[in-house]
Amino acid sequence: MTAATETQRLVVVGGGMVAQRLVEALLERETGGWHVSVFAEEPRLPYDRVALTSYFSARDPEELVLGDPAMWDDPRVTLHRDCKVEGIDREARTVTDRLGRVHAYDELVLATGSSAFVPPIPGADLPGVFVYRTVDDVAALRGWVDQVRAGRADDTVERPVRGAVIGGGLLGLEAAGALRALGAQATVVQFGTHLMDVQIDLGGGEALKRLINDKGIAVRCSSATERMRADRTSGHVSRLDFADGGRLPVDIVVVATGVRPRDELARAADLPVGERGGAVVDLACRTEDPHVSAVGEVACIEGRCIGLVAPGYAMAEVVVDRLLGGPATFPGADTATKLKLQGVDVASFGDAFARTEGAMELVHADPVAGVYKKLVLADDARTLLGGVFVGDAAPFASLRPMLGAELPGDPGAFLLPEGGGGGAPQLELPDGAGVCSCNNVSAGTIRGAVTEHGCTDLAAVKACTRAGTSCGSCLPLVKKITTAELERAGIEVSNALCEHFELSRAQLFDAVRVADLHTFSEIIERFGRVPEAAADDLPVGPGRGCDICKPTIASILASLGNGHILSGEQASLQDTNDHVMANMQKDGTYSVVPRIPGGEITPDGLLVIGQVAKDFGLYTKITGGQRIDMFGARIEQLPDIWRRLVEHGFESGHAYGKSLRTVKSCVGSTWCRYGVQDAVGMAVELELRYRGLRSPHKIKLGVSGCARECAEARGKDVGVIATDNGWNVYVGGNGGFTPRHARLLAEDLSSEELLRTIDRYLMYYIRTADRLQRTAAWMEDVEGGLDGVRAVIMEDSLGICADLDAAMARHVGEYEDEWRAVLEDREKLRRFGSFVNAPTTPDPDLAYVAERGQRRPATADERADAPVIAGPVLEVRV
Amino acid sequence: MTTTADTTWVAVCPLADLAVERGAAALLGDVQVALFRLADGTVHAVQQLDPFSGANVMSRGIVGTRGGEPTVAGPMYKQVYSLRSGLCLDPVGYEPRPGHEPVLVTYPVDVRGGVVHVGAAR
Ligand code: SRM
Ligand SMILES: Cc1cc2nc3c(=O)[nH]c(=O)nc-3n(C[C@H](O)[C@H](O)[C@H](O)COP(=O)(O)OP(=O)(O)OC[C@H]3O[C@@H](n4cnc5c(N)ncnc54)[C@H](O)[C@@H]3O)c2cc1C
Ligand code: SF4
Ligand code: FES
Repeated sequence: MTAATETQRLVVVGGGMVAQRLVEALLERETGGWHVSVFAEEPRLPYDRVALTSYFSARDPEELVLGDPAMWDDPRVTLHRDCKVEGIDREARTVTDRLGRVHAYDELVLATGSSAFVPPIPGADLPGVFVYRTVDDVAALRGWVDQVRAGRADDTVERPVRGAVIGGGLLGLEAAGALRALGAQATVVQFGTHLMDVQIDLGGGEALKRLINDKGIAVRCSSATERMRADRTSGHVSRLDFADGGRLPVDIVVVATGVRPRDELARAADLPVGERGGAVVDLACRTEDPHVSAVGEVACIEGRCIGLVAPGYAMAEVVVDRLLGGPATFPGADTATKLKLQGVDVASFGDAFARTEGAMELVHADPVAGVYKKLVLADDARTLLGGVFVGDAAPFASLRPMLGAELPGDPGAFLLPEGGGGGAPQLELPDGAGVCSCNNVSAGTIRGAVTEHGCTDLAAVKACTRAGTSCGSCLPLVKKITTAELERAGIEVSNALCEHFELSRAQLFDAVRVADLHTFSEIIERFGRVPEAAADDLPVGPGRGCDICKPTIASILASLGNGHILSGEQASLQDTNDHVMANMQKDGTYSVVPRIPGGEITPDGLLVIGQVAKDFGLYTKITGGQRIDMFGARIEQLPDIWRRLVEHGFESGHAYGKSLRTVKSCVGSTWCRYGVQDAVGMAVELELRYRGLRSPHKIKLGVSGCARECAEARGKDVGVIATDNGWNVYVGGNGGFTPRHARLLAEDLSSEELLRTIDRYLMYYIRTADRLQRTAAWMEDVEGGLDGVRAVIMEDSLGICADLDAAMARHVGEYEDEWRAVLEDREKLRRFGSFVNAPTTPDPDLAYVAERGQRRPATADERADAPVIAGPVLEVRV
Repeated sequence: MTTTADTTWVAVCPLADLAVERGAAALLGDVQVALFRLADGTVHAVQQLDPFSGANVMSRGIVGTRGGEPTVAGPMYKQVYSLRSGLCLDPVGYEPRPGHEPVLVTYPVDVRGGVVHVGAAR
């Protein structure tokens, strides 16, 4: 290959993960005059196959798309989707696609990946037997489970869908987890003696089996499947017969027994293939033909094909460098692996089986806890050669980059449970150590993101370096390095709430709940820290809080049910707005927002609001939340205004609180010709259920009556969309600074199930989110992301659902209108005086001008020019 | 109104009218002040005008401490001020409105016979 001077044609066959990276890398380097055509057999943009399992939950193939889709619109790139290449003519330097079109190339890259390998078991072609490689495979598998379940709908006895996975490797276990997620049973059938026998030893396999069983997945090791049998009437797969005479009834089978390189084009073009397949390439990724390269899983490099994405990415970079005249060679493969199955921690790297001459094994096993950890060391008992972690893979992220290096201190310390026996020594990785192998990012690059590019948090570092953006297994380490570097730069990264509390909001929430405390004084006495005194004459002690911890604790106390927000000492904790239950405006007056559940309001209700606004001279506006805001109320007017509103059945809209705001709705089946459920009714029910619920940040919901989504529910923290069968619920949406679409949590729920699901979701958020963290940001931080949340609230994986349900039941039961309660309480009413020595005298500095038929605060210039409408105009006293 | 050596004192309100760790505004002629009664029983008075928003709202801020120093946070944009000196300890990235300084005028306070008295500005 030579550097190009004028446009040259690069053809890439295969539109998978590695092809995508190749094009991305070429564009990043300005292409050097190359035009690239990618031929993809699949009908979609290259997607993240590694994250394929998440397609079960997301269901939106778009969420799997890799990189910036705009890349494919670049004029230097052409993507032919659904366009398999059928042949190569090396002499003419052309390829022929499935439509018979012939395309010339100057350079050709094969990136055709692998296909799932199905062993020749009789019956493996029956309906109901699937492989697990593409989005279409997953969609078909899911459809089958749904179909089996639907076929059972009229059965009198409810029988679960029975699934089996043949193959107990990484992929098989992931597939088994996916079957469970679909609500099917799963049995893993493994030919070898233990699970994941390619990566881990027998001891690890035993521990893993226990963990897998805990996930409700059955395991059958040393089992050869002899035959798959069909049901006589339906012809669908219905039973597995094993060599030992055992049988297993099934409704669906997933075959995950390995992959084979798709080297058919290479073979047909007479290019050499490896012993076990794959186009043979040298370290420059070139085949025997200098104009043909191969990358990714189809490439047989250093004598083998590698079924991991990171080495494929490295090959893509090599080819790009060569196309541009560079000297790059393949750096060798990091074959470390980590199982991506929620709640099952397994990782292995390096010489996991201690095959190196003189290697020593250091094992820590705790069968009761299902933990097995092993380090493989060289004969010096210090140099790290590899390791296996089952049940607790925490050390994996930091040990993996130390491969081949000497461990500091006692290696055994790395195997002890965290916090026990002093724990592992701190590892200081050299700058050159690879941290993210998917994206080939070193520790030095991550440090540079902080020191040179000014990144101040994990999200920024991810965006800047791409570390952690693929499989995510390196994230804990990326976070650790980022934190260390920020600390070194003097940037505060502790999750301490403020100078008064070392704890984060979530920790404080638990502490307050468990210690059963009910006042700020008790809490700061018990959990507060003593800051350094700012001056000699100041007392040393925990202090009296600040504008950060006080409202946070106010919110925690309110979430735990401690009576009216203005009762006793709680009143002193409330943020400015909560303290007077109205939102402060720029001139120090307030806005008044009565609740209008679901945006539904009677003509009489409208008249009341209109009359109140008129009587008190308030500016009115329809808000973005489907209700009416009245602006310009002075503090001393608030009780009078609210007395009128409460008398007519209105209540606080909590526009001021970190709490439920509105439940936006569309008109739904009540009037709309497309509506399939009563969206307004549901919105009203939800709004009345969650009104007044104090939370780490505001919460907004939306309910749409059909998939047209006129209520924009997917822009909300919780979005509900009606289906023919019930409701779909989406979570973690956001408008505001960082808009995000909510993602599907559960489908076709009955109204009752919907309420229970949202109850738990909101309570789990309230308990674990950080201060001022909306649900969208929380979903990014929370353990396990969307899947983790689903496991907690739908499958009760933490065993806390009863607790969450009880907490919400208490909220619903104890709700009272804050404003009504204040109007009935003379003591609380006193805080609404304008001046302590002249409680009804308006602030003399307020000044207004008329605009578009209403009044608004006068600007500084307008004040200077007078006359302005000053003070109390159009006022009524009750 | 009483006058001691060099200060003119105005009786404003009974101490009992002030909530602990919460502010209240008072009108002294045409001057607006913000009074704060702290947990240790002391009362502090500063100007009611918020230099960063130009609105008369300081009394509605959250009371607290910084390294033991009693503070109030501006309710509009959350600047933190010392209640003893009136100095702005943390402008949180904002500039005061034109013609204003990042400091609050403080007033002497004397609680006599259960009544809060405020003196002329220091
Ligand atoms: C009144 C209203 C504008 C309007 O006239 O339409 C409004 C007004 C304010 N919004 Fe809003 N937002 C209003 C709807 C929205 C919406 C639209 C919606 O809810 O459908 C959004 C985007 C949706 C969302 O929240 O995801 C919205 C996103 C924000 C944000 C950004 C939040 C974020 O997560 O990025 C803030 C800032 C914040 O909360 O930190 C904000 C903050 C504010 C504040 C509190 C700003 C402030 O500190 O003064 C305003 C208070 C007004 C007041 O005193 O009443 N407002 N705000 C709307 C009141 C709706 C209601 O009936 O309660
Ligand atoms: C469920 C699952 C989980 C995985 N988890 C991990 C993991 O955690 N870590 C990890 O490192 N790896 C994982 N992998 C493996 C990883 O996905 C692959 O290593 C990676 O996708 C290989 O990229 P590739 O571009 O070589 O092949 P692919 O991504 O398979 O792309 C090849 C593409 O070429 C197309 N193609 C083939 N022949 C032709 C033709 N003649 N003409 C046109 N197009 C053609 C195919 O349709 C395919 O779209 C996982 C794989 C699966 C299925
Ligand atoms: S968009 Fe900005 S200006 Fe408009 S209401 Fe929301 S916060 Fe206020
Ligand atoms: S190692 Fe996979 S994302 Fe970093």
